[in-house]
Formats: sequence, structure tokens, C-alpha cells
Amino acid sequence: MQNNLLQIATLIFLLPLFGSVAAGFFGKMLGKRGTNWVTILPVAISFLLSAYLVKVIVLDNHPAVEGVVYNWMTTGVFKFDVALLIDRLSAVMIFIVTFVSLMVHIYTVGYMAEDPSYTRFFSYVSLFTFAMLILVLANNYALMFFGWEGVGLVSYLLIGFWFKRESAVFGSLKAFLVNRIGDIGFVVAMSAILMYFNSLNYADVFAQAHTVATQKMKIFSDYDVSAMSVICIFLFIGAMGKSAQVPLHVWLPESMEGPTPISALIHAATMVTAGIYMVARMSPLFEYSPITLSLVLVIGATTCLFMGLLACFHHDIKRVIAYSTLSQLGYMAVALGASAYDAAIFHLVTHAFFKALLFLGAGSVIIALHHEQDMRKMGGLAKRMPITYLTFMIGALAVSAIPPFAGFYSKDAIIEAVHLSTTPGAHFAYFCVLAGAFITPLYSFRAVFLTFHGKSHVDPHVKVQESSWVILLPLIGLAVPSIIAGGMLVGPMLFAKNNLLGSSIFVLPDHNVLLEMAKTFQGAKLMALDAGDTLAFWLALSGIFVAWFFNLRKPELAEKLKIRFAFLYNIMVQKYGFDDFNQLVIVNGTRRLGDFLYKTSDLKFIDGIFVNGSGKLIQWFARISRKIQTGYIYDYAFSMILGVAVLLIWFLH
Amino acid sequence: MISLSQFLIVAAILFGLGVAGLIVNRKNIISLLMSVELILLAVNTNFIAFSHFQGNNAGQVFVFFILTVAAAEAAIGLAIMVVLFRKTHTIEVQNLDNLKG
Repeated sequence: MQNNLLQIATLIFLLPLFGSVAAGFFGKMLGKRGTNWVTILPVAISFLLSAYLVKVIVLDNHPAVEGVVYNWMTTGVFKFDVALLIDRLSAVMIFIVTFVSLMVHIYTVGYMAEDPSYTRFFSYVSLFTFAMLILVLANNYALMFFGWEGVGLVSYLLIGFWFKRESAVFGSLKAFLVNRIGDIGFVVAMSAILMYFNSLNYADVFAQAHTVATQKMKIFSDYDVSAMSVICIFLFIGAMGKSAQVPLHVWLPESMEGPTPISALIHAATMVTAGIYMVARMSPLFEYSPITLSLVLVIGATTCLFMGLLACFHHDIKRVIAYSTLSQLGYMAVALGASAYDAAIFHLVTHAFFKALLFLGAGSVIIALHHEQDMRKMGGLAKRMPITYLTFMIGALAVSAIPPFAGFYSKDAIIEAVHLSTTPGAHFAYFCVLAGAFITPLYSFRAVFLTFHGKSHVDPHVKVQESSWVILLPLIGLAVPSIIAGGMLVGPMLFAKNNLLGSSIFVLPDHNVLLEMAKTFQGAKLMALDAGDTLAFWLALSGIFVAWFFNLRKPELAEKLKIRFAFLYNIMVQKYGFDDFNQLVIVNGTRRLGDFLYKTSDLKFIDGIFVNGSGKLIQWFARISRKIQTGYIYDYAFSMILGVAVLLIWFLH
Repeated sequence: MISLSQFLIVAAILFGLGVAGLIVNRKNIISLLMSVELILLAVNTNFIAFSHFQGNNAGQVFVFFILTVAAAEAAIGLAIMVVLFRKTHTIEVQNLDNLKG
């Protein structure tokens, strides 16, 4: 059984790799139909196999399986293995990844049908699935980092998929560079872990966590810090890069230059949640570092509220959803900070469904309008695209946390967990998540109203019609879990004695807010019915109302407010100036630094002193020494005799 | 009876004359060659003197070899000099400074 499960897991991640290689190298030979088969079929099999793993590991309570597949390298005392860990957390994650990936694969058939680089796209998407599965299944940091970099690379390739567009190239470069900053954090943390734990295996590291927790690290001569905090903070910097938390969030809106299926798969459902997954996976470390938990809480809360606000001021439908993703990632980070890791993973799961749904729905609209993304040029599409409208609506309701949709359960659990949390910063976070509960429906329904309701601003030459079934099928496939996943999972995932993630997550007893909440939890149905008692629910409803009022009822009032509060409006449109700051200070600063280094260090020091300097020194020496070479035989003879005399004196004396 | 040291003094004087000829002479290459011969003869004198006083004939045999080699060397030296003169039309040492750096 043990070995069987390991083989199944190996197969799960190898199948998409096979699809990617087949489509990438032999795509021209296979043609479009052949490409569909060699990529979609393996992912479908992977999905079925991971469903089987979920059944065995999660439902049948099979203990976690760990094993080496392949010896990667051995360096001295350290061994790096391609070794897998299949426990409850990774089983749930691979299920989500393969499910969303399968939906996106099918959707792509319709979305990219006209694209000349059809097979290349499929190859990338399958490659992404492979890298993400490696990231999730790894049982050590080195392999996780392989997957981590793999998804980063594919993300870069896909954002720049239409590489003839300048903005796409810019966006992909930006994503890649910002992610590098996070990756440095990850590498530093990994080195520190190797130094303090002498191992990169999760099991070894977690077993020593409580002993290392008391160790100190000397940074400056007499300034001690907890080694665990340093490790955790750097790990979280890694997570900030990948999960786009403030201030490393700037790449995510830019990543919308990629094709929409990718925005759904990579930049909403799976890759950006890698940071959240990583922190949850490292819960045995983070629990021993209260400072880091506070940091996670505050950063998450800031991201949650302020990025949500930005979503209300953008007109590009994909950017609105991208900012919404940022905000929801903030929610997950807040849950992590409050030690409610299960709630974070729960929100990750539900979010994967409804955010992928929203993106694919937006993609359906975009393709119907022939690549028009500006919401000001949409409107009144509800009647012409009924299924897209319905599914998009479900996504919007789910993200707005309206019961009984999936988002309600996960978001409500997070808000409640923050409320009960005693971690410093929890008050600020509680305020932010509550405000976020108002903002989320505001921007979501603004998108719904602008796109599907009201007067049509669509170009009259465009004949709008409902998309084909390959696009609608994934929409429906994602809409179903967006409705039911929350109610189904809330009990077993958060509050059951033997909950879904079980021992994969470690929480110190005095941080355990979920246990506190479980005391009052009486089932999913009652939770939905009691929604009326919670502040968040009323905030959500008022958010929808405000969105309706300003976008459909009195759009002219919004214009007036825009002029009245032009200052605030400008801050929003400038995205708080993060991009300008980066451009002015970081990009220009780096450029100046590079210029300075080029001029002083490179030109003066290396070229001037080392290269030309050594040349000049030799020239100078030669100029002096050539004077000795008179060319007269008697001078040479004289120096020979002199030499003999010196030697004689030397030996005889 | 002439003593060993007297022989050695003669040899040393010959050697010194040879070296001085090499260094001081700036005119003619022929005198350079002669100086070299002088140095070799000084060495030969030493060989013979030591051989005689130690009663070992090997040293005197050695002198024959040196004389042969010296003759060959002088022949080659003169040949080179002739070629040199054809090429540069001078055998004055002061003008032969092709090795100058």
C-alpha cells in the first residue's frame, strides 16, 4: 500500500510533464487535436489519481506516506532527494491543483482556438501543472524550491506569452524580478534551516522545532535575535513574493497581460497560493515565532483592505479580478497570522474554485467581445450570454461571502478567527478584514453590474453570442464547487475532532482559535442561517447595495464624488504610488547604482587599476630594464664575470 | 725547482689578462677570440701544474682535449666573424649592438 501510493503520486506529477514534453516538442506533428489529447488526457488521469489519493489519505485515514523516488544529488553529508510526502495537506492541494488545471486545459481549447501558438500554450500549462505538483508533493525544502522556481519560470513564460506586445514583455519581466526578491528570502531561510537543523527534510526539521525555538542568532556583535524568527521572516518574504503580499504585490496586476486561462490557473487559483501553502506547511516553525505571526497578520490585513480598495477604481475587468485576488490572498495571510492555518487552506480551496470561475467567466466575455477588456465598453450582456452571466454571478456571490456560497464559510471563519486571536496586531487585522468584507462585494458587483447589466456600450459591429461548450463546461464545473464546497467542507475541515488536514498542521494550544470557535459551531446549515447575526454579512449586503446604487442607479453621483474627492481618487488610480515609487526609487536607483558602479568600480577600478594598471606597470618596468640591455658583448661578458665572482665569494666564504 | 704556487700565479695572470681583454677591448672581434683562447690556456696551465705535482697524468691528457676543442672553437669563431663581416662590413665590437633592448 505504502509503495503503491508513492507510485501513484509519482505518476500524478509525471503525467503532466509527459504532456508538456509531447506538446512542446512534437506539437507541430500532433496538430491541434493531437495536442488536446496528449495534454488533457494526462491531466485528467492525474486528477482522477489525486481524487483517489484524497479518498485514501483523507477519507480512509491512511497515515501519511513518505518516500524517495530518485536520488537527486549527494554532497558530503547532505543528501538531496526527489522525495514525496503525501499527507492530508498535500493530498487536498494536489486535488485542487489538478482539478483547476483540468478545467483550464479544457477551457483553453475554446479560448486559444485561434491562436497560432496553440501547442506552445498547452505545453506551458502542462509544465506549470508539473512544477506546481512538485512544489506541493515535496518532502524537503530543496525539492520544494525546485517546484517554486519552476512555477515562477512558467509564470514568466506565460505572462509574456504574447511576446510581441510590449506590455506583456514588461509585465513578465516585472513578475520575474519581483519574484526573485521573494526567492532570495526563501533561499536565505533554507540556508538558515540547514545551518540550525542540519537537514532539509520537513520531518527532521519539525521534530527539532521546539529545541531550535530557544536558540539565538547573533546578527550584530551584541544584538541577539531568535533564530526561529529569522528563519520564519525570511520564509515569509518568500511567501510574500509568490503570494503577492504588500509590498511585493506589484507584479500580480501586471501579470494580467497573459492569456486569461493562465490568469485563472496561475495568478488566481494555484501558484499565488503557493506562499500560503508553504506557510501552512511550515506551521510547526511559525508557531514558535510570535513576531512573524504578527508580521504575517499585519501584512495580510494591509493587503486585504488596501488592494481590495484599488479593485473599485479599475476599468479593466481582469485587473479588477486581479486586485480581488490580492485582497483574498490577504485574507488567507491574515488567517495564517491568526494561527488558523486550516481556515487559510479552507479559503485557499474555496477561493481556487470561485476565483478561477470569475477569471474564466471574464475570459468568456472577453473572447465574445473579441478581446475587449474595458468594462466601460461592456454592459447589458446578461441576456446575450446567460450561462456566463449566471456562473459569473455565482463567483461574485461566493467571493462576496454571501451564504450559502463557498466563500461565506471560509471568509466568515477567518473573520471570526481574527476576532478571537490574541496575536499582537489582531485588532488592526480585524478592522481590515471587516472593511474588506464590505469592499469585496463592492468591486465584485461593480464588475457584474458594469459588464452584464445596464445599458450596452458594446461596439455595435460586434455580434455578441454565448461562448462554445468547451468554455462553458469548465465554468459549470467550477460553479458547482463554488456553491457547495464551503458548506460541505466547513465542518470536516475546520471544526471536526479529526479534521481534514489533521496532523499536517501544528498549532500551539494557546494560539488555537479554531478550537475556541468549534465550541460554538453547530453545523454548516446553522452557520448559514445565523449569518444575519454577523456584522460581516450586513457589510457584504451593503457593499452590494452601494455597488448597485453607484453603478446602475445613479452613475452621475459617482462622477460628482470623483471630482469632489479628486485627491483620494488620484491616489487610488495611482495605486498608492507603489509603481511610481518602484519606478522612481528602485528602478532608477538601481540604474544609478549600476551607472555609478560602472563608472567607478568597473571603469576606474577594474579596468583602470587591474587591467590597464598591470599593463602599465609592466611597461614601466620594461622601460627601466631595457636600459641594461646595451647589446654590447663586453657588457654581457662583464656581467657574467661579475656573476661568477659573486658566486665564488658566496660559496667560498 | 718551480713551486706549484708560481705556476698558479702565472695561470691567474693569464686568466686576468684574458678577462680584461674581453671587457676592455672595444675595437676588434679578433682580439676577443684571442682573449678567450688566453683564458683557456690559463686553465690548461692549471691542469698541467696540478697533474705534475699530484703525479696524475689524467690532467695532462685532458689538456689535449681542451686544445682540440679550443682549436675547433677558434675556427668556428673566425668563420662566424667572416660571415658577420660580409653582412655588416664591420667587425668592430662597438658597432655590433643588435641585441640592444
